[in-house]
Amino acid sequence: MARLSIAGAAPASFEGGGSLLELFGDFFKQLYDTTGWNFVIFYDQVEWDRFIAAIWTTIKLIIACLIFSVIVGVVGAWAQGAKSKLLRYGMAGYIQFFRNTPPFVQILFFYFVLGNLTPSYDAGGYQEAYIGSFGWAVISLGFFAGAFNTEIFRSGIEAVPESTQEAASALGYTRLQSYIYVVFPLAFRVCLPALNNNLVNLLKTTTLAYGIAVPEMMYTANQVWSDNVNVPEMMIILFIFYVGLVAILVWGMHRWEKSMKIPGYG
Amino acid sequence: MKMKTKKTTIIAGVAAALAFGAVTTIADQAFAGNDRFKKVLARGELVVGVKADYKPWGFRDSSGKIVGMEVDMANDVAKALGVKLKLIPVQSSNRMQFLQQGKIDLMIATMSDKANRRKVVGVTDPNYYTSGTNVLAKKGAVKMWADLKDKPVCGKQGAFYNKQVTSRYGAKIVAFVGNAEAKQALRDGKCVAWVYDDSSIMADLASGQYKDYEMPMKTEDDTPWGLAVPLDEKDGIWGNFMSGITYNWHRTGRLIELEKKWGIQPTAYLATMNKKFEAYEPK
Repeated sequence: MARLSIAGAAPASFEGGGSLLELFGDFFKQLYDTTGWNFVIFYDQVEWDRFIAAIWTTIKLIIACLIFSVIVGVVGAWAQGAKSKLLRYGMAGYIQFFRNTPPFVQILFFYFVLGNLTPSYDAGGYQEAYIGSFGWAVISLGFFAGAFNTEIFRSGIEAVPESTQEAASALGYTRLQSYIYVVFPLAFRVCLPALNNNLVNLLKTTTLAYGIAVPEMMYTANQVWSDNVNVPEMMIILFIFYVGLVAILVWGMHRWEKSMKIPGYG
Repeated sequence: MKMKTKKTTIIAGVAAALAFGAVTTIADQAFAGNDRFKKVLARGELVVGVKADYKPWGFRDSSGKIVGMEVDMANDVAKALGVKLKLIPVQSSNRMQFLQQGKIDLMIATMSDKANRRKVVGVTDPNYYTSGTNVLAKKGAVKMWADLKDKPVCGKQGAFYNKQVTSRYGAKIVAFVGNAEAKQALRDGKCVAWVYDDSSIMADLASGQYKDYEMPMKTEDDTPWGLAVPLDEKDGIWGNFMSGITYNWHRTGRLIELEKKWGIQPTAYLATMNKKFEAYEPK
C-alpha cells in the first residue's frame, strides 16, 4: 500500500518511466528470480524513479561544476598576471589552499562550516539555506578544480611568446584587451589537453558530493544497495554510468580541440 | 553365467562409484560448512565486525578503544572459544560484505533482522535485541510522523528506515555517511528531525548533550536484531554455537545486565526472552 501511494505521488517522470519499466521490467525481474542478479532499479518503480532522479542530479552537478571551474580558471589565470600585488598574492593563496587540501575535506568544510555562516530562513522547524547541499558541492568542487584550471591556463599563457603580446600592445591593445583577444585564444588551444584531463578528474570527483547528501548517482546507488542488498549489481551500474559520462565528455573535448586547431600552430 | 557376473560387477562398480561420490560430496559439504570455525580455532583469534560509531553498542572511548554492549558480547564469544578477540569496525552499508568476503568471522553490528538479509548472511536465532524507528527533534518541532511530510529529515546512509519514512510519510531524507555528520546537520537546523533507531536516540538523550531535544514519535517497526555468521556456516558448528551462546545470554540475564551497564533503557523484549528461556530447576 505504502508503495502504491508513493507511486501515485511521484512526479511527471512516472508516466514515461512506467512504460519503459513495462518494456524491460519483466526481464530483469525474471533475471533476479532465476539467477539472483538483482538489478532492482530496472523493475521496481520506486527505485527506478530514484535512479532517474539521480542521473539528472549528477548531470546537472557535473555541468555546473565544469562551467564554474572553467570560469574560475580563466579569471584566476588573468588575476595571476595582474599588476595589483594584492590580487596576485590572493590568487596564490587560493591556489595553495585548494590544491593542498583533499576535496572531500573541502566539501565537508564548505557545507558544515561556511554553510552555517551564510543566510538562511526558518521554514517551519528547520533552517532552509539559500545555498543548499547542491550549491555547496558546486562551489567547493568548482573552486577545487578551478585552482588546477588556473595553473593549467597559466601554463598556456606562458606558452604564448612575449613578442606576440608586445605586438598586441603595439597595436594599441590594453592589457585586458590583449588577454581577451590575443593571448587567451592562443593559450586556450595550448592548454586544452591538460584542461581536458582536469575536467575528467572533476567529473569523477563529483561523486564526493554524496558526503553532504547531494542525491547524485553515488549517493543513490548507496541507498539502493542498502535497501536491497545488491552491492555488486549497483557497483556495475555505477561503473558503466561513469565510464559512459567520461566517454561523452572526452569525445566532446576532442571534437572541440579539433575544431579549434590552427594549422601550423601548436 | 559368466556374462551375468560381469554385468553384476559393472553395476556394483557403478553403484560403489556413485556411493563414494555421494559420500565425498557430503564430506566436502560438511567440511565447507565448518571452514571458518576451524580457521578461528587454528588462528587462535576471532575477528568480529562491530560498530565503532554507534554508542553505546559499539563506539570508541576516549582512548580510541572500541567498547560497548556488542563488544562485550564479542568478548563473551571469544572467551567461550578460548581465543583472542580482534575487532574490526564496520558500517551499516558494508557489514554484510565484510562477512561474505571473509574479512570478519562474526558480525554483531546492530543489524536489524530482515528476510532479504537472511539470504545473504547467516543470521542465527534467537535474536539478541529489538529496536524500532523514532526521531530526535528539537522540542516541539514535530509531534506526529505526519508532521514530517515534505520536510528535510536527516538520516544515515544504509539505514533501511530511510525508505520507509519516505514512502509512508513523504519525508525528504537527507542521508549522511556517519551519525556524527547527520546529527551535526540536525543541530545546525538543516533538517527538522533525525530519524534513527530508538535505542540509539535514548542513549543520546541520556548523554545530556541534547537537552533541547526530544524523541516525540511513537516507535514504529519494532524489529529484532540479528548477529550473523557466514551463510554457509549457519547450519554448521559456528551457527549452532552462536545460537547456543545467545540462548544462554537470554537465560542467564547477561543481556539485561549489559543493557544496564551501558545505560540503555530496559527493553521489554529482553525481559520476555529471559522469562521464556528460564531454565527448568530440577527439585
